[in-house]
Amino acid sequence: MTSAAASTRGAFGRRPAVAPAGSNRRSIFTFALVAIAILVVWEALKFIGGVPWRAPGAGPGSPAIWNPPLRLPFANDLNLPHVWNIVLAFGQPWQRGADRNVAQFLFDAALYTWREALIGFALGALLGLVLATAFVHSRLLERAFVPYVIASQTVPIIALAPMIVFAFGANVTSVVIITTYLTFFPVTIAMIRGLRSFDPRAMELMRSYAASRVAIFWKLRLPASLPYLFTALKISATASIVGAIIGEGPGGISDGLGRVIITFNQYYITGPEKLWASIVAAAILGITFFLCVRAVEVLALRGRPRAAEG
Amino acid sequence: MGVRMTLTDEPVVQLQGVDKVFGGGDQPATTALEGIDLAIRAGEFVSLIGPSGCGKSTLLRIIGDLTAPTRGTVVVNGKPADRARRDRDYGMVFQAPVLFEWRTVEDNVKLPLEIQGAGSAKRTARAREMLELVELGDFLGHYPYQLSGGMQQRVAIARALAFEPAILLMDEPFGALDEMTRERMNSEVLRIWERTGTTVVFVTHSIPEAVFLSSRVVVMSARPGRITKVIDVDLPRPRNEDTRETRRYFELVTEVREALRRRRGADDADDPGAAPDAANGGLGSVDRTMAEGAVG
Repeated sequence: MTSAAASTRGAFGRRPAVAPAGSNRRSIFTFALVAIAILVVWEALKFIGGVPWRAPGAGPGSPAIWNPPLRLPFANDLNLPHVWNIVLAFGQPWQRGADRNVAQFLFDAALYTWREALIGFALGALLGLVLATAFVHSRLLERAFVPYVIASQTVPIIALAPMIVFAFGANVTSVVIITTYLTFFPVTIAMIRGLRSFDPRAMELMRSYAASRVAIFWKLRLPASLPYLFTALKISATASIVGAIIGEGPGGISDGLGRVIITFNQYYITGPEKLWASIVAAAILGITFFLCVRAVEVLALRGRPRAAEG
Repeated sequence: MGVRMTLTDEPVVQLQGVDKVFGGGDQPATTALEGIDLAIRAGEFVSLIGPSGCGKSTLLRIIGDLTAPTRGTVVVNGKPADRARRDRDYGMVFQAPVLFEWRTVEDNVKLPLEIQGAGSAKRTARAREMLELVELGDFLGHYPYQLSGGMQQRVAIARALAFEPAILLMDEPFGALDEMTRERMNSEVLRIWERTGTTVVFVTHSIPEAVFLSSRVVVMSARPGRITKVIDVDLPRPRNEDTRETRRYFELVTEVREALRRRRGADDADDPGAAPDAANGGLGSVDRTMAEGAVG
């Protein structure tokens, strides 16, 4: 019987719920270390096989300060711009004669995209929760509809997006629908599992209290499922950013990151650094959203012996 | 909370001709219980004791309407068991504490009161009163993982008593605890029972535990599960640690053991895997060394 071992587990056998500050500092340190390693490899490739190095921000005609021994085709300034030039790109005007620089421009675009993503994320999470709740209470519904939920995700969003835009118009609604479509799936699948993850003995306890289904849901099923919910929400958070960026193209939204990426793509030949800068911005946005969900998770799961990791 | 010692002739729990058969259909049927007749009066402390597979836990679950009997009637407080469950007449304590890890100690004890729709002030008052009763008044804000196994089980007892159930059903509540903690918990349960006067049905496989706690010990045998003997425990109350050293206590322990052994001889013949009882301070437990059976 495993219950014997489980119930004698005392105060000292388990880890505290929230990771101590030292562990957080360690993970930030590790992250920074990996980032630096990537940059070092990046510049090392250009040092060995790039085109002649020039002073940061200098034009093509300026004197070379280093001539790499090899010419690797992928390491030229078009494919792999210098890291410092990408950093400098944030300070340049976002287009000729504009009074806002790329950093401000990307910041505003990222905020706009985040707003769309957040609405889609919220709707997707809610839809996923509702579907999973229905499925765990009805085997019939589960058998009938789960295959369609799965099938829905095998249709590429690229194929679906124009149809959604055609049906709902080139506006924010379409972007939100696309984002919802990408985010409800992880929540549905995780919560079908999560809402059944309670201790069966706890269900007997609820039965002995003659608890209603509603009470069982709010006091047992849902709290027990929270670690599953947050795992899914972290996936959905990043997926919602991708969904919003992809949706902005066919959705004809000009204020978000999606449009910015398309624009900078078109001017890649003259300024590849700006596209790289927008990729960095999209990544920062995704990480920020992820960390926000993680922060809520730590708060919501405090006191539990095994707070979900990472 | 006054003492509710309403000892009347009207039984609180009345079992008549209860059978329980598991399986059937395309699976081989196992008779877990056969011909169980038992009446428990209000305020009694009744222990069910027997080897693994004798159906003592199943019997408890039938009383609590967590399992339906195959045949026979179960009347609790003058009504069918399922009605009694829906009227919230039962407090359950399992072998594992089954605390909700996301709730503090206090909120765990409040759980049944919330489900019954008790007011917020009453919930807090009752929870604190019950936690004082099990001497955990200083641990209201702790989470379950911060407590030892014995403390967790005390929280579970406080939770079961919080809504003043007519009957407390305890399924080997101290089976997972070490011997010293178990003896301390036994004294604690007696103290609580003497203060609350709740009717208790207590499943155990420890002979000393059954004798020390009970007003009656119901001895069961396995394959099929039957009641072989009911022993009245006439040890004076209040009982304390000294009770465990009285002559009468040893006599009763011996009586229960012999009642169990009479059936064990027959059991051992058709169950060669069963090891002899592990010695437990000279007072053996029935089936420590046997694997817990599916119906145990």
